[in-house]
Amino acid sequence: MTINPQNKSYSSPALEFKSTMFSVPVLGVASDDLKLIEQVLNEKIKLAPEFFKHSPVILDFYDLNKKQLTLSLDALLALVLKVGLFVVGVRGGSEEQHQQAIDLGIAVTANTEIKAELPKASKVIAAPKDDDPISDDSTTVLITKPIRSGQRIYSHGDLIVLAQVGAGAEILAEGNIHVYGTLRGRALAGVQGNVDARIFCSDLQAELISIAGHYKISDDIQGAVSNTPIQIYLQKNALVIKTIA
Amino acid sequence: MARIIVVTSGKGGVGKTTTSAAISMGLAKKGHKTVVIDFDVGLRNLDLIMGCERRVVYDIINVINGEASINQALIKDKNCNLLSILPASQTRNKDALTQEGVGKILEELSKDFKYIVCDSPAGIEQGAHLAMYFADDAFIVTNPEVSSVRDSDRILGLLSSKSQRAEKNDEPIKEYLILTRYAPERVKSGEMLSLDDVQDILSLDLLGVIPESKSVLTASNSGNPVILDEKSDAGQAYSDIVARYLGETRPHRFIDGKKGLFRKLFGGG
Repeated sequence: MTINPQNKSYSSPALEFKSTMFSVPVLGVASDDLKLIEQVLNEKIKLAPEFFKHSPVILDFYDLNKKQLTLSLDALLALVLKVGLFVVGVRGGSEEQHQQAIDLGIAVTANTEIKAELPKASKVIAAPKDDDPISDDSTTVLITKPIRSGQRIYSHGDLIVLAQVGAGAEILAEGNIHVYGTLRGRALAGVQGNVDARIFCSDLQAELISIAGHYKISDDIQGAVSNTPIQIYLQKNALVIKTIA
Repeated sequence: MARIIVVTSGKGGVGKTTTSAAISMGLAKKGHKTVVIDFDVGLRNLDLIMGCERRVVYDIINVINGEASINQALIKDKNCNLLSILPASQTRNKDALTQEGVGKILEELSKDFKYIVCDSPAGIEQGAHLAMYFADDAFIVTNPEVSSVRDSDRILGLLSSKSQRAEKNDEPIKEYLILTRYAPERVKSGEMLSLDDVQDILSLDLLGVIPESKSVLTASNSGNPVILDEKSDAGQAYSDIVARYLGETRPHRFIDGKKGLFRKLFGGG
């Protein structure tokens, strides 16, 4: 089986898509008091004015919605622009808020809606819904041949490898990663911020493991037994490495 | 249609040219019209190993640039007339090679020859890329040593994604492992990676193991491919490899090291 073609870069004489990753700060909004928001924002920006000047940000409405507060997106955008930040995306909002953002030409990142407190296990193995408009992107990428040093695989959903991953290879997924073989390279799960993503492998010899940006390098994976099935997940922002009994 | 074989490794100095010379000689000796091409533009040494360095007039770059025909550049081997050599240029560099040029040469050679052996340079740049681009079979030459194994792994990744077969979605290049400079005593004492260690990482079809041997240096000094030294262990190992490639089954003789008569009679070790 060949590697998912979405991982090849699309090139043509006119323009070229390149796959890169860069981090954008997320601004979590938890109040509907615009004056208070402006005050706190200015205080934060004063701490590192050059860093924040014209910085892109992503607005996260999860806490706002959890508290059942409402805020005018227009007013908030104007305010954020006033303090010198550029909103490039929103997340954690309701359907309506996301649609408002799209109408204003702002991207919706990480397809999360108002979350109910679901038990962790069912979140991890939730299948993409059939009527999900971007379900094409969140399909599982399946690799059956060994991943060689220098190769880089990216999945918008889960990633399953039915062979070993070589040293010097990189596998990334927005969802979970399963390696039914020896994992020797770098594995990064939940790369768009999904803190519930997990990494599973039959033999952990990785150079680097990461979930939603929290990472450990090989030196720090002490005590982990090799040659035995292992799962890695985030607990309170720390990576937990556990043998699968 | 000729079968195009690339002898590649990633890592330098592992035995690609030695292997290319030995295998192309072996195929020719078995009655198949074979040509071996040096893709290491600027650092050519296939002509030295084959013993024809004093007969080089035109090279592959001359042919690509239209300055000479293929037949003017090909050199008939002094030992076997079914074997020809296409040398690389020593004065230019790898930028002179073009995909189109190489493609045309291989197409023309395919008409006359049964096997085309491409001796790749080390690295993953233009020369190595073009040597592997048109290949049907790949011999991955690896030393039982960590950096060689890592580089071979890298080359395997490139073979499966950057070759003509990969781009056309044809049947993939058939990959084989040739493990060179193998010293069974050092493997036993734990100093050297074993065949199993290497296969753990590369998982390839094993074409053969070539033992570390003084005969390799003697062969390159004399300009005769080591396979012609029928008494040497390396020469015999290459003969086994050619036979296996052509479909014969031969046991692997050089993985376990020599057992003295005493040991053979009384066991142990």
